[in-house]
Amino acid sequence: TRTRESLSSRLEGVLALTRTVDESALEDLESALLTSDLGLPTTTAILDQLRDHARRKDIDGGEELRELLKEQIQAILEAPARPIVEPAEPPKVIFLVGVNGTGKTTTTGKLAAWYRAENKSVLLCAADTFRAAAIEQLEVWAGRSGVEMIRSRQGADPAAVLYDAVAAAKARSADILVVDTAGRLHTKSGLMDELEKMRRTAKRLIPEAPHEVLLVMDATTGQNGLQQARLFTEASGVTGIVLTKLDGTAKGGIAVAIARELNLPVRFVGVGEKIGDLLEFDPAAFADSLLSK
Amino acid sequence: MFENLTEKLQRAFKHLRGQGVLTEENIGEALREIRVALLEADVNLNVVKDLIEHIRAKAVGTEVMTALSPTEQVIKIVHDELLELLGKDTARFKFASRPPTVILMAGLQGSGKTTTSGKLAVWLKKGGHRPMLVSVDVYRPAAREQLKVVAKSTETRIYEGDTKGEAAGTALVERLAKEAKREAMIMGCDTLIVDTAGRLGIDEELMQEMERLKKLLDPQEILFVADSMTGQDAVNSAQDFHRRLSITGVVLTKMDGDARGGAALSIRHVTGQPIKFIGMGEKPDAFEPFHPDRITSRILGHGDMATLLEKA
Ligand SMILES: Nc1nc2c(ncn2[C@@H]2O[C@H](COP(=O)(O)OP(=O)(O)OP(=O)(O)O)[C@@H](O)[C@H]2O)c(=O)[nH]1
Ligand SMILES: Nc1nc2c(ncn2[C@@H]2O[C@H](COP(=O)(O)OP(=O)(O)OP(=O)(O)O)[C@@H](O)[C@H]2O)c(=O)[nH]1
Ligand SMILES: [Mg+2]
Ligand SMILES: [Mg+2]
Repeated sequence: TRTRESLSSRLEGVLALTRTVDESALEDLESALLTSDLGLPTTTAILDQLRDHARRKDIDGGEELRELLKEQIQAILEAPARPIVEPAEPPKVIFLVGVNGTGKTTTTGKLAAWYRAENKSVLLCAADTFRAAAIEQLEVWAGRSGVEMIRSRQGADPAAVLYDAVAAAKARSADILVVDTAGRLHTKSGLMDELEKMRRTAKRLIPEAPHEVLLVMDATTGQNGLQQARLFTEASGVTGIVLTKLDGTAKGGIAVAIARELNLPVRFVGVGEKIGDLLEFDPAAFADSLLSK
Repeated sequence: MFENLTEKLQRAFKHLRGQGVLTEENIGEALREIRVALLEADVNLNVVKDLIEHIRAKAVGTEVMTALSPTEQVIKIVHDELLELLGKDTARFKFASRPPTVILMAGLQGSGKTTTSGKLAVWLKKGGHRPMLVSVDVYRPAAREQLKVVAKSTETRIYEGDTKGEAAGTALVERLAKEAKREAMIMGCDTLIVDTAGRLGIDEELMQEMERLKKLLDPQEILFVADSMTGQDAVNSAQDFHRRLSITGVVLTKMDGDARGGAALSIRHVTGQPIKFIGMGEKPDAFEPFHPDRITSRILGHGDMATLLEKA
């Protein structure tokens, strides 16, 4: 893809041109990281460290520089990793939250298949009662992996359908309950309060729920992603990120900034619109894809 | 979250008082701060580089006036540069001499095409038109159902068509599009809004489908619907769509949030096509014609642009 090409061609420029790492090589790297959406503070922090190495003259040339850069990005992405806590008894409740159109419903559908493949019993909750045909959309996904879905009608209280779903998951001792929520901008306090209410609702039936809250973020997202992550974490206790649409030209560098500044790990990546297009996040592979052809 | 550019520049110009001219040396730090502000707003790096050079060229040699502080003077230069790039006037909508006028919606997945189709219908109706909607998104689950709900809630005519169990693919897409155009003619609808599936600019097959739709429908407007939260990649997707389709305008959605919307500059820069509308919410009436000056102040961190410009 183009971003990747520009980054790798820049890196190759660095490889070819520099025996010793000079300022102009670092400037090229800066451009490469900025055009991948890492943002200025994170890019500067990474480059300062590289510059430090260069000054101490322990970088020989481009190849070593690339390795160091990759190691640094990987380390930033790995730092927030935390063990996945399994609940003492089922169900495990997973919320999918995020701004409009990022891929929450699609990822809910993909996750159903993901956990089914692990032989877990899965229940879906259609808690987006706002957007046109959101319920019908999730219903198609439920059918694709042959799992059941708890729904109500458009315009109903999302906390109410959530309550029913948690109760049903408990009664059937389903292993996993995946909850699709309506897209909402983090700046809309009324809608963010609604998420808090949904958390409280889940807790009334299962005190530790939701066990996971995944913030679904589009890989094309720019610097606004940091604010999304900040405010969704405040309102709904985000535990990890799902980075979607990585099959496009965007590289999702904002995830590096989010890991560094907010200590949130990426859990999954979306790489297409099909049911199997979900991958567990691999920091090394992600760092590689940022830096290679 | 961000420090306002005005504050940053005031810091940069702390030492520049009284008379004199702006020089390479004394605007260096200011230009660095402008670069930071533009990057924080997601303006594409290459666009930022061009802008900074223009601003430098304009600023150096400018006399520091008494009416305006150096900060105000530089802000005004930046503001004018951004306005220049965005194009000053709000764009008009093209209508066909022989109806129906066809409007083709295009864009990446989840950018807001379906919602915007409904908004456009409402806007057209307010202007005395008789729009008809059709969705040729035969791929995404419940996509056609979604537009149907939108049509119902906005009381807009929709051509639903019948997929007749036909497999999702370009042939079906073309059939639905053709039928809808004929239906619009028969029903006396003067505009046909065609909602399409989200697609990546690098998806060869789906981009070819878009080209075929364009050929088939001969649309007056091809609107690229883009999410205002998009970062540096905005130039890539806009370029891909423009190269294949020659878009005629842009709709910038989700502007009701706090994204700075630097993508607007990037898209305008690479396509040369105007931003025609902005989406300000999920409801059908949350839709406005685009005003370049508003996004200019937004990119620069809001602030007191209006009062400043009155002084100038
Ligand atoms: N290419 C690609 N498209 C994706 C991916 N994930 C989701 N999409 C598409 O993105 C669009 C939006 O996905 P949805 O799942 O409806 O997003 P959402 O977050 O539920 O949207 P709202 O509920 O309206 O906020 C759809 O067209 C999906 O098919 C991905 O990983 N790659
Ligand atoms: N806040 C806000 N949300 C918007 C705006 N425009 C669209 N949305 C929301 O963004 C999400 C995606 O909108 P859609 O109209 O389904 O997007 P699309 O481009 O048709 O998506 P696909 O067909 O899946 O590619 C929905 O949740 C919409 O309600 C806007 O201006 N502001
Ligand atoms: Mg959804
Ligand atoms: Mg759509």
